[in-house]
Amino acid sequence: MVQFSLNGAPVALDVPPEASLLQALRGPAGLSGPRFGCGTERCGSCMVLLDGVPSCACTLAAESCAGRAVVTVEGLGTREAPHPLQAAFLAEQAGQCGYCLSGILVSAAALLARDPAPAEEAIRAALDPHLCRCGSHNRIIRAVQRAARAMPAPSDSHGPAATGTGDVNRMAGS
Amino acid sequence: MNSITRPSLPPGGIANLSRRGLLGAAGIGTLLLGFGLPTAARAQKGPPMSRHATAVAAYLQIRPDGTIRLLSPFVEGGQGIATSSAQIIAEELDADPAQFVVECAPAGAEYQIMFGDQVRFTGGSFSTRASYTTFRKLGATARAMLVQAAAQRWGVPTAEVTTSPGRVLHAASSRSLGYGELAEAAAKLPVPADASLKDAAQFRVIGKPTPRLDVRAKSTGAAKYGIDSAAPGMLQAAIAHAPRLGQEPATLGNEAAVRAMPGVHSVHRLPGAVAVLADRWWRARQAVEALEIGWTGGTLPEDFSSASQLAGFKAAAGGAAQVAETRGDLEAGMRGAAKVVEAEYDAPYLAHAQLEPPSALAVFAADGTLDLTMPNQAPEMYREVAAKLAGLQPGQVRIHSPLLGGFFGRHFLYDTANVFPQAIALAKAVGRPVKVIWSREEEFRRDAYRPLSYTKLRAGLDAQGMPVALQAVAVGEGPLGRHMAGFLANPKVDDSVVEGLTEKPYGIAHHRVDYVHSKQPVNIGFWRSVAHSMNDFFYESFLDELAVTAGRDPFEYRMALLAGSPRHATLLKAAAELSGGWQRGPYDAADGTKRARGCAMASPFGSEVATIAEVSLKDGEVVVHHLWVAIDPGQIVNPAIVAAQVRSAAAIGLSSALLEEVVFEKGEPQALNFDAYPILPPARMPQISVRIVESGAPMGGVGEPGTPGVPPAVANAVAALTGQRIRSLPLAKARLGTT
Repeated sequence: MVQFSLNGAPVALDVPPEASLLQALRGPAGLSGPRFGCGTERCGSCMVLLDGVPSCACTLAAESCAGRAVVTVEGLGTREAPHPLQAAFLAEQAGQCGYCLSGILVSAAALLARDPAPAEEAIRAALDPHLCRCGSHNRIIRAVQRAARAMPAPSDSHGPAATGTGDVNRMAGS
Repeated sequence: MNSITRPSLPPGGIANLSRRGLLGAAGIGTLLLGFGLPTAARAQKGPPMSRHATAVAAYLQIRPDGTIRLLSPFVEGGQGIATSSAQIIAEELDADPAQFVVECAPAGAEYQIMFGDQVRFTGGSFSTRASYTTFRKLGATARAMLVQAAAQRWGVPTAEVTTSPGRVLHAASSRSLGYGELAEAAAKLPVPADASLKDAAQFRVIGKPTPRLDVRAKSTGAAKYGIDSAAPGMLQAAIAHAPRLGQEPATLGNEAAVRAMPGVHSVHRLPGAVAVLADRWWRARQAVEALEIGWTGGTLPEDFSSASQLAGFKAAAGGAAQVAETRGDLEAGMRGAAKVVEAEYDAPYLAHAQLEPPSALAVFAADGTLDLTMPNQAPEMYREVAAKLAGLQPGQVRIHSPLLGGFFGRHFLYDTANVFPQAIALAKAVGRPVKVIWSREEEFRRDAYRPLSYTKLRAGLDAQGMPVALQAVAVGEGPLGRHMAGFLANPKVDDSVVEGLTEKPYGIAHHRVDYVHSKQPVNIGFWRSVAHSMNDFFYESFLDELAVTAGRDPFEYRMALLAGSPRHATLLKAAAELSGGWQRGPYDAADGTKRARGCAMASPFGSEVATIAEVSLKDGEVVVHHLWVAIDPGQIVNPAIVAAQVRSAAAIGLSSALLEEVVFEKGEPQALNFDAYPILPPARMPQISVRIVESGAPMGGVGEPGTPGVPPAVANAVAALTGQRIRSLPLAKARLGTT
């Protein structure tokens, strides 16, 4: 039994000691958002936030998450109240087969939490662990930029909110 | 599972399946229509119409809340077919596409709407062009029934009844009803055969960038793929495949210990594999990895390698050839040439590397019938084989086709590359539902790879350096001949080996494509754009070599050769215009890099494509800055989806050009995960600009055509930059240096 906070609510999951977090999430937690892709931290499909830090759930021991906060794509928002990133992915139509999106969205959420106006290069770097076989990369990057513009600037903002604007314009034709 | 049989096909095959199909290019239509398309469909110059086009009840369910459930013949795997299909139907039904809920239809004759109602599959970039007229008729028929139902309810003539999206109106009495309120009554009416189609000038939905229906579920984690499927009481299976194809499990050293591992239910020997069943997949996987398996035999020889296969093809190149396509007199043309240029090209095995690992869930019902849930591109074909394996009639097998986490040709019937035979065997063995998932490693071991291929090219140039004769000799074996031989138009020539070498638009007087059949022991499959994925690289790179030999600019050289092909010349000019005007370079870019550009044409899947790439070098590695792609699919349904598909196709083409290669050594694929089989990462994704040219030609495909122009455009740009001609992919193998 391992206990942690999952998408803001406490859970106690019955998993064997050797289980990975991905097993716990896709098994007893009943989630499908975290995806199994490679099992070796090489594709990013299983990415979740562990205490706010993007982490590959496929190799992370479930036990090591005890007492910590896990956020999956399901925890970012809902159909009725989507996270600004989810709204932006809809607006930019940033996704095709969609298998990579769960992981990409949580990595992007972590990026925007620490850098509310990331430059394009910062977005590419943050998404570097993520493979997208459909080649949606550029629309995904535009969606992250759109979400950054849409999100209210935090009071302790550490950079000018307009940092990314030039990149947005440059990307517009791609 | 070597007993998998091929799906039955109409006698005489289906002409030109992978190349053009349907209406194809002007001038070869009679060949393409050899399998009995209705004359009416031919005459109306549009895609063909199925006799199931009025089977409204089989396809559409209008719910009381006004949402419209479409059972589509096609499976959604990211290509956007659910949305564009809804658009076509919504246009004629007069509905909002956003009200559609689209699912892939079960196996059934009423969904076999392709090639004269003989088959259906999702592939070959066929879906939209194969269903366009059928879906329009379907929507128009459903609308006519709703209008009739409203007229009856109101007691007014149908001529006075109109529609607005989702509603039926009677203006004279200011009455209206939602489709959902009329659906039940409409469904009881006789189905009209004569519902007329709109004039294209009235289109409200077709041609618009309608938002995709599937992005919301995919961006909230709610989307369910095959790997997410479940059944009460199911066991989960993990597989260990034999390292070499055709090996069988001989010994299980520690079977008792593995059986005793937590959660393990049982251990099973399967053809070419061992399976462990457990309560959870992860436990099954741990257990199967702990098994000490001794393997024996093997159809793939121990000394087999990619290099040995390529050497085999080279040795076979001089052997007996079939003429795949010819015009003029090749040898006479060569004799009259001022100069002869020859080159050899090759391309490697490729993995599909779709992000969703393959799976299959088999559930036998109490009455012995079977439910199968799995990623697949061809439900009836899967059903037929599944029924044989299960000892059932096809009607006793229900095929469920969930969203695909990418496919790119991965999910056809590929013998040892299919999961479902394992699921059926295991479910039968244990008398419980079984879900099998292949780990990424097991997927890399048993994918049906894009074939390794080798082509010799020879051209005769006149005194001005223009080609008067050109011969391509393609050596190898293709997935069509291997897995779907009944689809071959000419049984002696595997179109999935020669397409991309044939049907070129260039005005070369003497032109011949030869095919030398040479088997390869590796399992091979359709990979996005099939033989175009390598042949357009071969041909368009060679054409660039000819231009360089002639001292001509490659773009101008092509334009000269396209003098008799205005559609292609227009398209190549459009690509140049999109890129800000053609310039080959090398030139100095604003950021201090030295860059150059290459161009290429391709004629895949009924569409025409012109591609320009801009590259530089960094630390000996190719950096692609920008791809410009002009595509002429004749006519389109959704410009946003077409552009997304072209970008997607270009990205996979670039990935293959730069990075991808499945290498066999000692009979085994060397890469078993993404660490050793890199695909294009975000950092190497260039800008991709797309221009859609609607020439009004018969509708072509859009899912694959963006792929094949990219490798030659990039390689030609590299040649412009470095003077080095790349004749073997991927580029990552080459040592490149700036001039």
